[in-house]
Amino acid sequence: MTRALARMALWRLAFTVPLLFAVTLGMFALAKASPFDPVKQYLGVRALTTSPEITAQIRENWGLDKPVAEQYFTWLGNLVQGDLGESRSMHRPVIEVIGERFGWTLLATGCALVLMLVVSLAVGALAAWRRDSWLDRTITGTAYANEAAPVFWTALIVMWIFAVKLQWLPPGGLTDPAATTLEFGDVLHHMVLPVAVLAFSQSSWLLLFVRESLITTLREDFVLGARARGLRERTVVVRHALRSALLPFITLVGARIPELVTGAILVETVFSWPGVASASVEAALAADFPLLAALTLLATLAVVIGNLIADSAYVIADPRVRVLGVS
Amino acid sequence: MRIAAGVLVVLALAVVVVPLVVQLDQQLVDLGSANQAPSFAHPFGTDEVGRDVLLRVIYGLRVSLLIGLVAALVSMTIGAVAGLAAGMLGGFADRVIMRVVDGFNSVPHLLFGIFIVALFSPSATAVVVSVGLTHWTTAARIVRSEVLTLRARPFVDAAISGGSTRLRVVRRHFLPHLMPHIALASVLMVPHAIWHETALSFLGLGLPPHLASLGNMINDGARSLLAGDWWASLFPGLFILVPTLAISALVQYWRDRTNPRWRSELQL
Repeated sequence: MTRALARMALWRLAFTVPLLFAVTLGMFALAKASPFDPVKQYLGVRALTTSPEITAQIRENWGLDKPVAEQYFTWLGNLVQGDLGESRSMHRPVIEVIGERFGWTLLATGCALVLMLVVSLAVGALAAWRRDSWLDRTITGTAYANEAAPVFWTALIVMWIFAVKLQWLPPGGLTDPAATTLEFGDVLHHMVLPVAVLAFSQSSWLLLFVRESLITTLREDFVLGARARGLRERTVVVRHALRSALLPFITLVGARIPELVTGAILVETVFSWPGVASASVEAALAADFPLLAALTLLATLAVVIGNLIADSAYVIADPRVRVLGVS
Repeated sequence: MRIAAGVLVVLALAVVVVPLVVQLDQQLVDLGSANQAPSFAHPFGTDEVGRDVLLRVIYGLRVSLLIGLVAALVSMTIGAVAGLAAGMLGGFADRVIMRVVDGFNSVPHLLFGIFIVALFSPSATAVVVSVGLTHWTTAARIVRSEVLTLRARPFVDAAISGGSTRLRVVRRHFLPHLMPHIALASVLMVPHAIWHETALSFLGLGLPPHLASLGNMINDGARSLLAGDWWASLFPGLFILVPTLAISALVQYWRDRTNPRWRSELQL
């Protein structure tokens, strides 16, 4: 099994390198086709008073007068060497911006992921166990509505209820505006709403999946056998049925990374959480290509890692599985 | 099911008829009646510059639906062509196309959309292009797998031994089979496309900010929300939520009718 795992991981990685190249090429092509002129953007209002010679000088300094292919390879070479360039909107190296914000995104999405797993497992199992009761109908109804509702809207409604009406929690940010240092309790206080909304928005799909899967499992013979042996209902549902229903569940979580990234972008923006996901929106609003490109690569990498985890879980759970045609 | 159909009919009528009766001046501001709570004169209240939320929501739904329909059509066309090509050509071409599909799926769709809209000034066209370029992969997968199962059917062998070319087989035999699948996928694509458009507009990367669109309205409403005025954000969101639920309920009903095995799984 270890060998199968290693081979699968190796194949995945072998596909990752051309994928990342393709993504950089696609991004570069889009940037070249874009009507935005980075020099004019850099100069801003000064573009009107700057002499053409100086504009041409900047162009030459930035290598924009060279052939497009050469520009691409220069940029790619810098990327490979770890030089992500300078963020045009924040006037700082991209690597610094990402390094500063990445931890906050990891913290928020990590907590949301754990919360989502626990809640959707528990609530999904509850709905399956009490199938067709008012409880099940409430749970599934909420899940369907949640799936249809845009997450930024849910976030706003939640913010209105808990931050504006009840005033239990702050409406956004990382710390209290008056705070000068990072306090653990303060950050935790500010984290509750974004994490809860992100977890809630991602949970409905998994919850419905757990419910469906458990309902099918509860009909199987071994569950009937367990019941016939007089085991407690809780033991039957949790130890026997849920365990068997979980198998596909584990592998599907890794494949949900794109949705998690999408959710993080919107939730971080609504709650002004200073993570990398909300930085992508700021970068986009300023047409900041270096930062946006780095963030897109980062997200692609996250998706690839998620797929790798999903496949690994698959191989570990079921050694017969062939991933990408490799056994 | 009847409720879902009724809701959709009412919304469709509202979207078509209301603009014929009441004109909306997108730029008009009435600061005297700003931030009014829902009342008889303004059933959904007014926003922070005094515009009637109900009228703007209907106009917004119209814009979103239009963009959603066009974007779904664009992505379905790309997807159907790619899926047909992959399924029919097979071999190397199939592998290349499917790798491209994987590649597009590796970049989170919203981020890809943000990237496109950011580099090409925000406009309806940019939104349609970004939705079309990100959502075609699902369609390509569906069409490809359908083509693969169709290819194994005896009538295809019969047609080919009867002297039909590949193109003729596709036109005369595959497309009629594929049309229901493509139609269903398109219908399901519309809410996705609307979601995508509203998310981009909400982030300030979609339609021009003065235009009444659902995403723009939620974005505008977010500002007055902190002052406690909930109506300017709540109603535009409901106008995304309700049609989406109605469409998925109708699709579910249609699936249950056409696939009895599925029904027994779900409703026994």
